[in-house]
Amino acid sequence: MSDSSTKGSSQNPSHIRLKGVEKIYPNGYKAIHGIDMEIEEGEFVVLVGPSGCGKSTLLRMVAGLEDITHGEVYIAGRKVNDLEPSQRDIAMVFQNYALYPHMTVYKNMAYGLKNLGTPKDEIDKRVNEVAKLLELEELLNRRPKQLSGGQRQRVAMGRAIVRKPTAFLFDEPLSNLDAKLRVQMRLVIKNLQARLGTTTLYVTHDQVEAMTMADRLIVLKDGIAEQIGTPMELYDRPETQFVAGFIGSPAMNFIEADLSDDGNTLQFGDTKLPLKEKLSNQTSKITFGFRPEHVTLSDSGAMSLQVNLVEHLGAESIIHAKLGDSPITLRLNGHIDAKNGDTLKVDIDADRYHFFDKNAGIRI
Amino acid sequence: MIENRPVSTAISHFVLLAGVAIVLFPIWITIVAASHDVARLLEVPLPLGLGDQFFENLKQVVGKGVEGSTPIGIMLFNSLVMALMIAFGKISISLLSAYAIVYFDFRFRMLFFWMIFITLMLPVEVRILPTYEVVAKLGMLDTYWGLTIPLIASATATFMFRQTFLSVPDELLEAARIDGAGPMQFFWDILLPVSRTSIAAMFVILFIYGWNQYLWPLLVTTDKNMMTIVMSIKNMMEALEETPKWHHIMMTALLAMIPPVLVVIGMQKLFVKGLTETEK
Amino acid sequence: MWPASQAVYQSLLVEDAFGMSSQFVWLDNFIELFEDDHYIKTFGRTLFFSAMVAMLSLSVSLVLAAMADRVIRGTGIYRTLLIWPYAVAPVVAGALWVFLFYPTTGIISTFLTSMGYEWNHQLKGNQAMALVVIAAAWKQISYNFLFFLAGMQAIPKSLIEAAAIDAASPAKRFWTIIFPLITPTTFFLLVVNIVYAFFETFGIIHVVTKGGPANATEILVFKVYNDGFVGLDLGGSAAQSVILMVLVIGMTIFQFKYIERKVEY
Repeated sequence: MSDSSTKGSSQNPSHIRLKGVEKIYPNGYKAIHGIDMEIEEGEFVVLVGPSGCGKSTLLRMVAGLEDITHGEVYIAGRKVNDLEPSQRDIAMVFQNYALYPHMTVYKNMAYGLKNLGTPKDEIDKRVNEVAKLLELEELLNRRPKQLSGGQRQRVAMGRAIVRKPTAFLFDEPLSNLDAKLRVQMRLVIKNLQARLGTTTLYVTHDQVEAMTMADRLIVLKDGIAEQIGTPMELYDRPETQFVAGFIGSPAMNFIEADLSDDGNTLQFGDTKLPLKEKLSNQTSKITFGFRPEHVTLSDSGAMSLQVNLVEHLGAESIIHAKLGDSPITLRLNGHIDAKNGDTLKVDIDADRYHFFDKNAGIRI
Repeated sequence: MIENRPVSTAISHFVLLAGVAIVLFPIWITIVAASHDVARLLEVPLPLGLGDQFFENLKQVVGKGVEGSTPIGIMLFNSLVMALMIAFGKISISLLSAYAIVYFDFRFRMLFFWMIFITLMLPVEVRILPTYEVVAKLGMLDTYWGLTIPLIASATATFMFRQTFLSVPDELLEAARIDGAGPMQFFWDILLPVSRTSIAAMFVILFIYGWNQYLWPLLVTTDKNMMTIVMSIKNMMEALEETPKWHHIMMTALLAMIPPVLVVIGMQKLFVKGLTETEK
Repeated sequence: MWPASQAVYQSLLVEDAFGMSSQFVWLDNFIELFEDDHYIKTFGRTLFFSAMVAMLSLSVSLVLAAMADRVIRGTGIYRTLLIWPYAVAPVVAGALWVFLFYPTTGIISTFLTSMGYEWNHQLKGNQAMALVVIAAAWKQISYNFLFFLAGMQAIPKSLIEAAAIDAASPAKRFWTIIFPLITPTTFFLLVVNIVYAFFETFGIIHVVTKGGPANATEILVFKVYNDGFVGLDLGGSAAQSVILMVLVIGMTIFQFKYIERKVEY
């Protein structure tokens, strides 16, 4: 392990580095397509994407549970491709927690340290510290099956923390919890991570979870990194139509539109939308996108929508409407008094237009 | 995927292959012995490879029998009848009694369950004497019924089907009731199809159980034409203790194992699934 | 149909009662048995035989299952190859092993003799015992292997992965995680193997040694048969049957309790 470790450490300050990482299964299926990314020390990075996009596979490759077909993975400057999971100095929290059912909470947390040959009193000290941190002191002598879902989740985290690893890896740790607990645990994990300052790679399919927890996120689709950036970068300037539709709730509206020859107006249905800046694209087929929250009601509005259904959430109203054949969702503050069949006139915030090439789905 | 190093994988395969070799060695030797003539099998060291007498031995054993005994063909047929009767008989009785125990709330249900369980869990070997006297009194010695009925009546399968039925969700019964199915319809249309893996597993187990029966047939059959193939092996070895005709014995042994082995391997998937899921 | 099957059961209940109906002699037979040194010895021999069969068969199949659980490809093929002995009748199994160990010509016995170890299970009691133990254990490997493998494959993969991250070596993972988690299976198999060795090995012993030499391989079931059908001591044989029944009932109840116990993951 020592000879391969020299290369990365000197010139690279990043803590976890993926270089052209690819995964090809023996049956020829390519699950991960050349991922490059650098995670800085103490950063909280979330891997997000729909199910089957390869996010868990990527995480497991970092953990050492899956072989790396091509490319390199560095952790703390060490190339870890050929290291066993236990030699990578990482800790992982699994979706089903993977607590050892035949061991008490205490033993679950102590198991890793024991295997590393840590002295008994040191193990004892560290387990108790972590138990205190996670409010598990009362539960140390219980078995996993005597715990609630939230408690198991905390034990799984305790088991990771107690090792004081270089990095935490989380594989959808909150997906087995109910909605309320999930929101709570989100905060707990985020706070803990900030306090411990441990580099973290976190996998989830839930974009809200991703947006609220991440310093930066990677949106993965079909094994390809669509975009890497901070939550606000992804929200404000999605690089692909997929990212635009994936981040934000309710999802962004998309309308098929034609760009005029001079690049100054956009036409869809009866609507003509003048553009602030000239737009140029190889073809005139454009996908025009705007977020439900970036519209205002106005009697002189450029677009007329047919209202279909209004959801009153109290603080805001979600309006499902149609523009021609395209479904449009609006999110407006307060109580909007509209019903099925009404016509609403709206304006879209001109600074918040998004344009994508219709065929390639790439931002223009 | 963890620590999937070529070396450790190779060691695992090596151990497994060694295990397979040890486990299958006696069977290989049986085939070898069945393919030589008697003289070769008395020379030391014995052959480890195949000889050329296989079909000669087969013809002799199946058609004419060994040393004036019944031809093995008849015994094979007897064994088959016995195994099938036991398997089907036991499965039908067990299905019904398990159905009654699980779904009908009659009085003393648990008492019945334990009674059936305790009295019938007993292997035939344990209750040979009383069973033998009853069968003898009923004049069923040397008949297929005498061979099979005492073996059919046992609770092992009842117990396994009870486990299977218990794992069928109650909602299924409720849904069937709402759809207007009576108890028998529920049994035929829903319970049986749902339990087909365990039925298949039971069939394999019971077929083998029936085929391999030894002590009971030994007691109730005196007529040579009612003998089963499994019994005949013992007879051959006994009759020929001075100079064992190994080539014929091993050929018979081979014939005796082929049907059950085929059943097990042919129905392996259902068998393994049914076995490990219902028994646990 | 139910009353019909009930009738069959009823007939069997009567039949069992019939066996016990010689009640007046009952206790005498018992006392006689427990005062009989020979019976006590047979009892001890049966226990020894069962323990040996269970240990040999369980340990071999545990090793094989652990290996089969580790390899990614070929598990199914190994299973198919290892399942064979399950289907072989005890008598047939006995015959095969006799052939291999036949004193004058057997492949293994002549090999052992040429190595300087005199093999003759027809004369030497401990060798006879060893041979029936091997034959009985051989037949049970398939069954144990299937259950061990199923038990191991039921363990969630993430547990093993968690242990790998927790720096446990493959051997350590086996002993600290896998083995404790298949304890219920092991217990179940232990009982099944003992029941098997007690009651289902009659055929093997009958063909291999007939209980000899000098009763060295006579186990309880064999003695029931011998006393009842060869010695025609019906009362004593029946009393032995009753004792065996109690044993079976005890073991099945024990097994029944463990059957419902499962590990929750």
